[in-house]
Amino acid sequence: MSKKFTLLLASILVLIAIIGTVLYVGHSHIAILSPAGTIAAQQRKLLVGATLLMLLIVIPVFVLTFFIAWKYRATNTDAHYQPEWDHNTKLETLWWGFPCLIIGVLAVVAWNSSHSLDPSRPIASDRSPITIQVIALQWKWLFIYPEQQIASVNYVQFPTNTPVDFEITADAPMNSFWIPRLGGQIYAMSGMTTHLHLMANQAGRFQGTSANLSGSGFAGMQFIAEASTDSAFKDWIATSRSKPAQLTMAAYTSLAQPGAAPQAVQYGAYQHNLYDTVVMKYMSAPHEDSSFQSVTQSVTNDTLDHMSHE
Amino acid sequence: MLGRLNFEALVHDPITMGGIVAGILAILAVVALMTYFKRWNWLWKEWLTSLDPKKIGIMYIVVATLMLLRGLADAVMMRVQQATSVGDAHGIVSSDTFQQVFSAHGTIMIFFVAMGFMFGIINLILPLQIGSRDVAFPFLNSVSFWLFIAGALLINVSLVVGEFAAAGWLAYPPLSELKYSPGVGVDYWIWSLQIAGLGSLLSGINFFVTILKMRAPGMSLMKMPIFAWSVLCAMFLVAFAFPILTATLGMLSLDRLMGMHFFTAEGGGNPMMYINLIWAWGHPEVYILILPAFGIFSEVVATFSGKRLFGYKSMVLALISITFLSFVVWLHHFFTMGAGADVNAFFGIMTMVIAIPTGVKVFNWLFTMYRGRVRFTTPMMWFLGFVMTFTIGGMTGVLMSLPAIDFQVHNSLFLVAHFHNMIIGGVLFGYFAGIAYWFPKVTGFRLNERLGKYAFWCWVSGFLLAFMPLYALGMMGATRRLDHYEASMGWQWLFIVAAVGVAVICVGVAFQILQIVVSTLPSQRRSRLDLTGDPWNGRTLEWSTASPAPVYNFAVIPTVTDRDAFWASKQAIVDTKLKAVTQKYSDITLPRNTAMGIYIAGFAGVAGFALIWHIWWLAVVGVLGVITCIILRASDEDTEYTIPAAEVSRIETEFFAVRSQL
Amino acid sequence: MKRMKVVAEAALPTTVVDDSETTVDQFRSKTIFGFWLYLMTDCVLFAVLFATYGVLHNNISGGPSGHELFSLPFVLVETLLLLTSSFTCGLAMLATQRADKKQILIWFGLTFALGVAFLTLELTEFTKLIHEGNSWRASGFLSAFFTLVGTHGLHITSGLLWMGVLISKVVRQDLTPGLIKRLTMLSLFWHLLDIVWIFIFTIVYLIGAR
Repeated sequence: MSKKFTLLLASILVLIAIIGTVLYVGHSHIAILSPAGTIAAQQRKLLVGATLLMLLIVIPVFVLTFFIAWKYRATNTDAHYQPEWDHNTKLETLWWGFPCLIIGVLAVVAWNSSHSLDPSRPIASDRSPITIQVIALQWKWLFIYPEQQIASVNYVQFPTNTPVDFEITADAPMNSFWIPRLGGQIYAMSGMTTHLHLMANQAGRFQGTSANLSGSGFAGMQFIAEASTDSAFKDWIATSRSKPAQLTMAAYTSLAQPGAAPQAVQYGAYQHNLYDTVVMKYMSAPHEDSSFQSVTQSVTNDTLDHMSHE
Repeated sequence: MLGRLNFEALVHDPITMGGIVAGILAILAVVALMTYFKRWNWLWKEWLTSLDPKKIGIMYIVVATLMLLRGLADAVMMRVQQATSVGDAHGIVSSDTFQQVFSAHGTIMIFFVAMGFMFGIINLILPLQIGSRDVAFPFLNSVSFWLFIAGALLINVSLVVGEFAAAGWLAYPPLSELKYSPGVGVDYWIWSLQIAGLGSLLSGINFFVTILKMRAPGMSLMKMPIFAWSVLCAMFLVAFAFPILTATLGMLSLDRLMGMHFFTAEGGGNPMMYINLIWAWGHPEVYILILPAFGIFSEVVATFSGKRLFGYKSMVLALISITFLSFVVWLHHFFTMGAGADVNAFFGIMTMVIAIPTGVKVFNWLFTMYRGRVRFTTPMMWFLGFVMTFTIGGMTGVLMSLPAIDFQVHNSLFLVAHFHNMIIGGVLFGYFAGIAYWFPKVTGFRLNERLGKYAFWCWVSGFLLAFMPLYALGMMGATRRLDHYEASMGWQWLFIVAAVGVAVICVGVAFQILQIVVSTLPSQRRSRLDLTGDPWNGRTLEWSTASPAPVYNFAVIPTVTDRDAFWASKQAIVDTKLKAVTQKYSDITLPRNTAMGIYIAGFAGVAGFALIWHIWWLAVVGVLGVITCIILRASDEDTEYTIPAAEVSRIETEFFAVRSQL
Repeated sequence: MKRMKVVAEAALPTTVVDDSETTVDQFRSKTIFGFWLYLMTDCVLFAVLFATYGVLHNNISGGPSGHELFSLPFVLVETLLLLTSSFTCGLAMLATQRADKKQILIWFGLTFALGVAFLTLELTEFTKLIHEGNSWRASGFLSAFFTLVGTHGLHITSGLLWMGVLISKVVRQDLTPGLIKRLTMLSLFWHLLDIVWIFIFTIVYLIGAR
């Protein structure tokens, strides 16, 4: 028996060793443990705090399991044997009560943090926020800067210590917009807008990704989110504005075709109200309807239109 | 004439082709062996048409095991792909095939492995444990089983004819709508689940009624073994959750077949409605799987500690609270949809609350061992492994129930690691424990312990190797379902470790198969025969009858006076030195074999296949076939047969004679 | 091991269950109980469809709303037909208790006819909507409408099929306990469909037509 327990203990030590090694070696790689933004920093704090709180129960469970199993092994005939002992109100109250207490604390934490870290809640700052519109396409990300009048694919830049209000939609299956080192994700859905407020507090190039399956090219939906100084951001806007490429409706339609992204592209200008047009197009009558009836109907309508024009 | 079915549906990439050829060769080999040994008639009469829940249970477990191998093969492909598809290399399969592989893996493991093992074990043990001769509706039970088979067949046919869904195991729209998935894959997914799900719903009703109406006299609800309680709760969940699945799949198929706009992105559809509905079924489903596993562990711990289950009332209360709470937590699967802080916080807190009764159960199990005499048999090892992995999974689960944390790990490999912690460490380990524990009751001999423990150690260490790296990867920003990533991410070595872990699990599965084969060998079997019917010094009624149990389970229905009915009766014998009284037996009536369940499910499967491929006339044939079979069965008055009292007496006398010689 | 030997002779205290008396009762009660449970699962199914209708009923996507489509007098006739059929079904069950075959046939026959009339009206409404270009393809609202009302209609259809089979049995056979049990379940089923229709009438038509 003792051999088996050595094995079991050994495997637990191995487990702890694995986790430890990973945390130690890869600390800088572990995105959500090395935050570069206010939201991510608070989320890490929460993660670590909640884990420690949970360990208050998990560690006793581990210790108790091995201790009890070891002490009351069948071969240990010295141990007290009480086959009919099956109830103890005090003990049972203890293990209904103690978890209740911990969950009670966590519930308060959950309620408060859900509100303070609600992705749609603007971040308090003395600097005015910058709005960036995001459209998830198959399989690339389009970023539109309504204030700066430029657009960009698979690359987004913003100044540090400035709140960013991402307005997110999709012209594709549902995606999820996620920049792990800056904060949590939010779904991108067609016909509607979700908000994600993030703020970088150090400069750097951060990996962004789609966290929700959206078709065969989904794995390639990566983008770079660069937080830079104010002047670098202004320079980048200026360069982008001077780009000859324009995101007209036709250019958008061809960009929206399923396929991998071209290398990060900047557009010096874009179709007026492009973002709203993309959101609204899902609200209108079914246009992709293949039914014979609606096809004939639209044909008739077209004919009528032509006739009235003539 | 054949809808959209044509020869192109049979063309596949080399790896799939290899799988198909191997599968077909295996089937041919089995057919050849069956023919050579002239076993077809035996198979049909003794097994396929049987209404005996003990036989249906074995068939469930055999099919679930085969599906486990299929799901495991999918897992191996996923791990190999993710360990090799880095930077310029693109792994072994295309992204589309990869997406089909993980969709199939999830669907198969939940619907055809976990559900199969669960219904298998329930069929085998539940009637015995509550002192009943049969289930409430034996014919319905057979229909359920064959609908399960029809669903399993459809999902495997998709490998050969056409393709499978590439939209994930829950097929979120709009990705699963015609616009983005015009092929037959999603339709295969819909109809295999719809048919198997209908079977599960009928089973749920069946066992719920069985438990409430067919318990042995004297077995009040609070004297019922805890496994029966866990099944009662799980079946309640089945009855109230599976109609949601039926309706949801129905609406998705109406979108795809008839151009409706339930979940389309345009035309006034609402994809978020689907996600809400599918999880309103999906979350209870998780508890449908885990509750019977909790029940199994309760029986295993009490038996192998030689002690009454600690805190029985607490355990029942915990089961009931988990049952009800499981209906009010579904939104935690999509906090990231942006429902707002109040809604998210409510569902987050509800989710945490479930951890309380679950934690209570763990403590009660530990204190069942306390002051007991713990025997470390294979089922007990699975229990200890379960406590370890399940506690870790529970901890990460509570972490994710905090919406603010969930935003950072949702849809990442952290989530994947978490639910495998629950479903492998909780559900699968539970069913493995149950199979090892009840194996002698079903077959009449015990399994080889040494090989069982080898399998256990492989599973536990393989599990840790395969899934602990995924927690780390998730925190590094690796999302689930990636068929490719850049080398600069620094993820590859962790994926390689995970792949090694899966290899170790494969060795574990090999040991399990070897264990069953070796234990069944006549030479090996002799040393582990169970002639008493009670190999573990058991506590509940199933151990009071012979192993394997006679077709009628109990010659005379026992009267129950204690929660651990059999244990109590054994104590009474020891205390007062009573001898077994000679019994007076009477005739026993049991349901006759019938093939109607096979026909009904067969027609249902044909209808499903026809709807997948738009072969409308065949769909009509299938539906009419089902209706005709039901009417024919309803008109059949001769559905039972009688075992005369003399025959019962002969079987029982023989058993007691053998037993008293020991 | 020593103890096991003694244990080997253990036999549970037993009572001989008198099969002849209890099985019929037990069989009856467990079948009816199981059928009730099935009806509850059917309620969950309809609840999902109602919830979906509730979510989608404003998603008219540029098409017509319920206000423009529904004709309340027409639906009132449908409702009255179905309510009456529930009443005649109840009378049929009273006749079943008296084992009066002739009355059973008359009342179930009437129920059947009323059911067919209801179904015909429903199909008339559907055909009219489709001909006016307002099929289930037109909008999320109409998808939900056709599915909810159509699922009820499918239930009515299977109820009629079942009734047809049982009527033919009543004609040809004696009133066995098994047959009475089936008639009882059919009537439960029929009453449930009536209740579901009341909800459809209120939630879909009355509120929708405003």
